[in-house]
Amino acid sequence: MAGPSIDALGQFRLTTGLGPLGASVNFTNSNEAMLAAAVIIVIFFFVGLRARAMIPGRTQALVEILYEFVRNMCVDTIGEGGLRYFPLVFTLFSFILLGNLIGLFPYFFAFTSHIAVTLTLALFVFLFSTGVGFYTHGLRFFKFFVPEGVPVWLLPLLVPIEIISYLSRPVSLSVRLFANMTAGHVMWEVFAGFMLMLTGSLGILGIVASIIPLGLNVALVALELLVAGLQAYVFAILTCLYLHDAVHMH
Amino acid sequence: MDPQHAALLAKDIGAGLATIGVAGAGVGIGNLFGAFVSAVGRNPAARDTMFRDVLLGFALTEAVALYALVIALVILFT
Repeated sequence: MAGPSIDALGQFRLTTGLGPLGASVNFTNSNEAMLAAAVIIVIFFFVGLRARAMIPGRTQALVEILYEFVRNMCVDTIGEGGLRYFPLVFTLFSFILLGNLIGLFPYFFAFTSHIAVTLTLALFVFLFSTGVGFYTHGLRFFKFFVPEGVPVWLLPLLVPIEIISYLSRPVSLSVRLFANMTAGHVMWEVFAGFMLMLTGSLGILGIVASIIPLGLNVALVALELLVAGLQAYVFAILTCLYLHDAVHMH
Repeated sequence: MDPQHAALLAKDIGAGLATIGVAGAGVGIGNLFGAFVSAVGRNPAARDTMFRDVLLGFALTEAVALYALVIALVILFT
């Protein structure tokens, strides 16, 4: 095909950052984005909570809203003793939220669009909740895989299904986040590629016609903003649900 | 047609077929918001509490569509 073609996945390529020092330790642009996310969260909370005003200003109000939102989610979903796991859930939520939001800006890198990153986070959540289950219930935690009130002859069928669904949790948790972020960025790239193709092949008419993909891209920014927040929320609330299963066993 | 071109053609057709799975997610999201609208019609006061669950359901349903997309991408680019 003549003219520009669409390289939809090129934007996720890893390059080394921070000059020769970064290259020698393989410090990639993905790591840069993670570091930026962590630093932004810390600075944001430091600045927001420095005032400690009775009537909060804008930054402090935003920090308090975020805090209360996740705290209520923890208490409502995990139930009794949920506050113990609040720091973990809040860290995961703010890290993923900032990662998604940073990735929306041009020339920035969305590290949550890499399955390696999301799978690491999901595996950590999976192993941690399993550990919590065994810590609180000991070997009785295996009863989690035996549904109650079911005839005995059905158990050989149901127990493997329960175990498989339990083991597929990290897969679905990681692929959900990764696929959402990747799909959004690929769509942007595809519509931007349409614009280049139109202007390359149709001249003036193409420039006028490329208003349509441009408008679609603008609308997609709004959708991606929603998805960025929503996926961080879903990741956090599913973490809460898994912890609830581990603590209360049902 | 030589085998290499045939393989490329089959790849494209396979990726196109893989996107059919998105139809199911369309049905799911339609169901979800349809039920939400009729529920709000019955009890408008419960709108805000229900909307949170709807958003969660929306994200979970949309993820199913994205699994189909991932399969299409895997077929296309590997």
